[in-house]
Amino acid sequence: MSEVSEVEAPVSEDGVLTEQYLTFIMANEEYGVDILAVQEIRGWESATPVPNSPSYIRGVINLRGTIVPIMDLRQRFGLPEAEYGNETVVVVLKVFTSSGSRTMGIIVDAVSDVYDVPIGDARNKGLSDNQNSNFIKGLVTVNKHMVILLELENLLTIED
Amino acid sequence: MSIDLSQFHQVFYEESYEGLDAMEQGLLDMDLVEPDAEVINTIFRAAHSMKGGAGTFGFTDVAEFTHVLETLLDQVRDGQRAMSQDIQNLLLASVDCIRGLLQGLQAGEASDLTEASELKKQFEAILNDDAPAASGGGPETPKETDDNSDNGDGWHIRFIPEITLLQSGNEPVRMFRQLADLCDNQMRVTCDASRIPAFTSMDPEMCYLIWDIQIEKAIDKADIEEVFEWVTDDAEIIITPLSEKSEEQPAKVTQPEIETAPQAEKPPEPVVQAPKQEATKAAPKQTKTQESSSIRVSIDKVDSLINMVGELVITQSMLGQLGQNFDITRVQRLQEGLAQLEHNTRELQESVMKIRMMPISFVFSRFPRLVRDVSISLNKKINLEISGENTELDKTVMEKIGDPMVHLIRNSIDHGIELPEDRIAAGKPETGTVNLNAYHQSGNIVIEIKDDGAGLNTDRILQKAIEKGLVVEGANLSQEQIFDLIFQPGFSTADVVSDLSGRGVGMDVVRRNIAALNGSIEVTSEKGRGSRFIIRLPLTLAILDGQLVQVGKEIYIFPLVSIVESIQLDDLSINNVGGHSDVLQLRDEYVPIIHLDDVFSIDNEKRPIEESIVVVVETDGEKIGVVVDELLGQQQVVIKSLEENYKRVDGISGATILGDGTVALIVDISSLSKMSGASSKVLDGTHQAA
Amino acid sequence: MAKILAVDDSASMRQMVSFTLKGAGHDVVEASDGNEALKIAQGQAVDLVLSDVNMPNMNGIELCRNLRQLPSYKFTPILMLTTESAGDKKMEGKSAGATGWIVKPFNPDQLLTTIKKVLG
Repeated sequence: MSEVSEVEAPVSEDGVLTEQYLTFIMANEEYGVDILAVQEIRGWESATPVPNSPSYIRGVINLRGTIVPIMDLRQRFGLPEAEYGNETVVVVLKVFTSSGSRTMGIIVDAVSDVYDVPIGDARNKGLSDNQNSNFIKGLVTVNKHMVILLELENLLTIED
Repeated sequence: MSIDLSQFHQVFYEESYEGLDAMEQGLLDMDLVEPDAEVINTIFRAAHSMKGGAGTFGFTDVAEFTHVLETLLDQVRDGQRAMSQDIQNLLLASVDCIRGLLQGLQAGEASDLTEASELKKQFEAILNDDAPAASGGGPETPKETDDNSDNGDGWHIRFIPEITLLQSGNEPVRMFRQLADLCDNQMRVTCDASRIPAFTSMDPEMCYLIWDIQIEKAIDKADIEEVFEWVTDDAEIIITPLSEKSEEQPAKVTQPEIETAPQAEKPPEPVVQAPKQEATKAAPKQTKTQESSSIRVSIDKVDSLINMVGELVITQSMLGQLGQNFDITRVQRLQEGLAQLEHNTRELQESVMKIRMMPISFVFSRFPRLVRDVSISLNKKINLEISGENTELDKTVMEKIGDPMVHLIRNSIDHGIELPEDRIAAGKPETGTVNLNAYHQSGNIVIEIKDDGAGLNTDRILQKAIEKGLVVEGANLSQEQIFDLIFQPGFSTADVVSDLSGRGVGMDVVRRNIAALNGSIEVTSEKGRGSRFIIRLPLTLAILDGQLVQVGKEIYIFPLVSIVESIQLDDLSINNVGGHSDVLQLRDEYVPIIHLDDVFSIDNEKRPIEESIVVVVETDGEKIGVVVDELLGQQQVVIKSLEENYKRVDGISGATILGDGTVALIVDISSLSKMSGASSKVLDGTHQAA
Repeated sequence: MAKILAVDDSASMRQMVSFTLKGAGHDVVEASDGNEALKIAQGQAVDLVLSDVNMPNMNGIELCRNLRQLPSYKFTPILMLTTESAGDKKMEGKSAGATGWIVKPFNPDQLLTTIKKVLG
């Protein structure tokens, strides 16, 4: 195990440094995001579309007075659109980038769980190098199923 | 105890800048022939205060420099010296110099004293030209004392106060106490009551007593004198060393005159021999526009705000109570409560906005100086008239409108107002007039800059525009369109680039700066009579007067200030030009049309154009018509940033949150017109409708 | 612990004086010109008046003169804060009834020392 001690990293029962991930379902796969980036979870309500924006940007919403863009994760991954249902949820994420911080929401099918994942467990890539691989930090196995960990900074950066 | 004086520095800087402004204003307004005594006093006090504060807070360079100013001003104040234009110039230059010194100190830089030294020399030249007047008082001259060195074994002091001593608030006991401290109580005091008159003629408020004090410690005579320094004129104080004297009878030594330096001789009638001043720098030193992060608010505004918040709290608690036991019968009360809430909120909003409002005089006050300096350097005679200086506008807007206005006024003086000879030849008064006016109009502030100069020369402008390729040769432009050309980048008709303007980078930057404030600028002119620039600015930056429009399922917002008119299309005809641009005939113009749903790729059912509305907007001097489905209401909206979490979007300047909590986007007219490629330039070559 | 009226049209000077004197345990009331000061003095009893000379509306000399007309201020110590080191200004002050003067610029310690002289 790594000797590096990070003050805030949670430790599982066997003394292993872990990170916490919030996972959700999209298109029958389970994805996870660093829980520290999660600001809140909201039900889906309509967003105001923004002209000439990429198709994966549904629009913007009012988050207590701040204008926050909402991204459809399916479309971001190039998957076909789906109907939004009762379980459809917006996960509001805040990431810190080189140019400051940005808050964005992503639309997912349903929220799943919170897991502690030991740092370093994420098996990286082995994935084909397609456009989506930038968004993926790695793969991890939790309770015998695969969770895809998302790389937020890339995911939430909108190309011009 | 050591007190950190730096906590007072900021206040000192602010009040000094104000003092300098007051000095400058006073100097500019001053009638040199018969100066108003109050104006002179104001100027004097400003210099005096600055000197005192600078000295107290350790800014010795400023204190020393201001001291010379104060000396000269004192002479003027006392009538010993007359004002002159040279002195006025020198003082104005000094104001700039002190400003520079203070700004440097504030920024923590090392002071550059070259200018101050140079100016000081000029002051000294003036001051010394006359009779050897007192050199304006240096440090207090040390008190004359005869035998300072011989402390002997102590002192004998005979203290004979004038009987009125007590009326100055002085109290001998206090002085004795001080003496006692000085000599560790090694003293004896005896009272001589010989002066006390008969009881009936005694005035209890007078001091008849005389004292003899024996100090049996070798302390410094100077220290003793210091104890009595305030009463030296109100008493006879005879100090003799103990060793010399017998106790009883001090020989009366001539009373040491503990007076200060010999009185300044009044200088004879001053003839200002100031050497002819070198023409001071043409332009005044560019003072950085101080964008301070604090604001001075009148107590009334604060009180009114507090009252309003109080009312809001009451309304809230009323609604809270209502909500607790609510049933349908109380709906009316709820509605009343909500109406009250709306009222409170509106009042509060207005009140808060007022806090950021300051009178435009803060910006206008720069201009008399500017006009004076520029007109002198161009050898023109100009009179600046200011009105509406109490009109209020948002502090940030005001800070940003200063530079564009400076440019416009310089322009008026440089290009507008003619040389005196030319004016006379044209039958105009020799002195040109520039009018500056400000007033409120339908939620905006309007600033007018008017001159009675030569007006815009449309032929020259057109020609220059053709030369620069801005306009096609032979194009038929209306006078308005020609005037508007001056706002194009790179445009300038000045043949010789003068120092001030004519570099051609001015007008388009002016317009851009004004547009950045959500404002607009237009110009009208009459050849030979003069020009008038009209600037319109919203009263605040964060709030916009918007026109809501419906396009498809979405609501968009147009800034009201850009809207010229909105038209239902039933009667008017739309023509098609070149196969792809639609054009609307609007009285005597052709206005290009764009469909907002196309430009913004909004899902919308095709509807016949006769059922749509065209909103005619104006930007950068051009009109375009934007087709929307419907006009909804007008309201004030709070501008929220879209870029903060998303990015810049062409055609959109920001977003706002509507009453129902949803987001509506605010259209950026200028960007919209560029996006759509619509431009009246497409129309060059077309004849104007008759 | 005395009540001191500090009069000066310069806010920074008032603040400095006030801060210094309060720090020494005194009670300080401020005024920005002679008019204000006179009103304050009439409304409450003050143990010492410190006043600048050059002020708008009513200068220090006039203030002093006016204060001395008030019965309760006949003997109150009044000190002028002045940069005028020329003798005639001091004369003017004295003839108006001032107790003494403090020469500007002064530092807080000098201020406190001088105050002690009149407050004991």
